[in-house]
Amino acid sequence: MPHDHHDHLSPSGHPYRPDDDHPLTYWQQMEIAIREILIEKGVTTAAEINAQIDAMDARSPANGAAVVARAWTEPAFRDDLLRDASAASASMGFDIGPMKLIAVENTADVHNVIVCTLCSCYPRNLLGLPPDWYKSRAYRSRTVKEPRKVLAEFGVDLPDHVTVRVHDSTADMRYIVVPARPDGTDGWSADQLAALVTRDSMIGTGLPKDPGAIAQTPR
Amino acid sequence: MSDRRYMRVATHMPPGHVRTPAYLRGKVGWVERTLGPFPNPEELAYGVTAAKLRLMRVRFTMAEVWGPDAEHPDDTIDAEIYAHWLSPTDAPHAT
Repeated sequence: MPHDHHDHLSPSGHPYRPDDDHPLTYWQQMEIAIREILIEKGVTTAAEINAQIDAMDARSPANGAAVVARAWTEPAFRDDLLRDASAASASMGFDIGPMKLIAVENTADVHNVIVCTLCSCYPRNLLGLPPDWYKSRAYRSRTVKEPRKVLAEFGVDLPDHVTVRVHDSTADMRYIVVPARPDGTDGWSADQLAALVTRDSMIGTGLPKDPGAIAQTPR
Repeated sequence: MSDRRYMRVATHMPPGHVRTPAYLRGKVGWVERTLGPFPNPEELAYGVTAAKLRLMRVRFTMAEVWGPDAEHPDDTIDAEIYAHWLSPTDAPHAT
């Protein structure tokens, strides 16, 4: 057997992961207490809270991909998006809520990447919940200091002539990157293009998928 | 470029809910665009009446923020800084 410590391994040969058993933290208790009081006093209901959680879980990067694909196919919408991304995405049914949205466009000379050094601000209405790494101290501190090295670790190697613009989401604005439309997609529909737009390409830590690797249905 | 509006970020370190990152304090950048006005988050966080302030998107070069340690001096960092943290200043000397 390649493994020495049989006692710590499952029948499949992997180590057991410890159960996540620990007492509620102060803030977890606070959240439960406030939620129960609000329900008891009739301010809200358990059904409303569940509906809101469902609505939050239902948001996904597909929303952002639809916005990007439309910007790629309709120049007037692209201009609207870069001028006022809150209004442009709301016009597609993606209400950004009280927060304001800024769209930044990647070009042949500029690559944008989004970070929130202070916490984890993220355009949830367009991208859903942020990935764990987006909230990590390493990503938040390193992206403003050595963005090229961070991007290279994500597989994005940028030549020297491309300017990197880091956007630190410090206050009221949220950000979405409009990646550059891949070559070889002439004549593609917005729906077909949206399939190329990944979550990471809208954070700036990735690029759209290679169109050659996507099987296109006959048009 | 001479038409840039340069601003220096204040250097003080007040306690509380502050949305000005420490790594940008004392640094000079130029206004990329002006937003708001939005309620001051430093007051909003404590439930007091929050004055509405201009929010500036300020663009800093990596050379300005990190000096000789900059990974690529001409790359930039944009951040949103509330107006009361900013004072007009001259362009930083070329590095």
